[in-house]
Amino acid sequence: MYALLWRALPGPGWFRVILLLVLAVAAVYACFEWLFPQIADYMPFNEQTVGE
Amino acid sequence: MTRARRARPRPSLPLRIVSVIGELLITTGVLVGLFVVWQLWWTDIQAEREQEATFAALGWEPPTYEAAPAESVHHDDEPPVMETPAEGETFGRLYVPRFGQDYVVPVTEGVGKADVLDKGEAGHYPETVLPGGVGNFSLAAHRTTYGKPFHLIADMQAGDAIVVQTEDTWYVYEATESLVVLPHQVEVIAPVPGTLPGAEIPEPTERFITLTSCHPMFSARERYIVHGTLKYWMPVSSGTPEELLPAAEGGR
Repeated sequence: MYALLWRALPGPGWFRVILLLVLAVAAVYACFEWLFPQIADYMPFNEQTVGE
Repeated sequence: MTRARRARPRPSLPLRIVSVIGELLITTGVLVGLFVVWQLWWTDIQAEREQEATFAALGWEPPTYEAAPAESVHHDDEPPVMETPAEGETFGRLYVPRFGQDYVVPVTEGVGKADVLDKGEAGHYPETVLPGGVGNFSLAAHRTTYGKPFHLIADMQAGDAIVVQTEDTWYVYEATESLVVLPHQVEVIAPVPGTLPGAEIPEPTERFITLTSCHPMFSARERYIVHGTLKYWMPVSSGTPEELLPAAEGGR
């Protein structure tokens, strides 16, 4: 899976490493800003209110 | 010998399947780890930023800490009660000296997660009265993560001050009791706390405050509840209640 990604990236080795780092940062950002807030709503430890 | 052109045998199909599964498992592990980091660390940072923005938008002067106001500005008569704020509107600041001398969180109408609680604010149950009203002014806030406004709620003791400031008025409440209930026990925010749903509602005569948060920490199994009653009120223009003055620290 990741070997495929490595082969699909252009340029020399050092360039691919930088590219991968940028991709990793982008993936983490997407998780923090979008994915995790959505998942958190379904987590069983985020309820503070009383109600039915 | 050149590195690039070394001929490598193509891995067999089962081997490739196993390696993809392995990579997926590792990826899942990393994502779960990242989620924990986000939940325990990043939500606090975000909520603190949101709090600052909320206070800035509110634009109120911070309280002055000069001298205790004279007893004469303590009012025991009927306090002014503000008009019902719009859903999502921040209408007050909450001070709890037990949570720290510089502790202050915004008080916002509504108990929605994304628009109130997750921003590190204390949410006002819209079905309950406003500060100073006869009935039960009830607030909810996070105990862990998202700025954790009620992190130390279990430290509250009878007699501790819970101070609410609206634009014109200070409301000084005094904690009376703490209890742990199940999430469906809405009677804790009833106008007279403890009135079971469906039961005949007694005419409220006292001015209660109730704080609700999760219990135990990092769980939603139960709720931690603090009740209190109004001790006195005073106009914001008369100064700062002595409960909030740094000198009051020794007394606690």
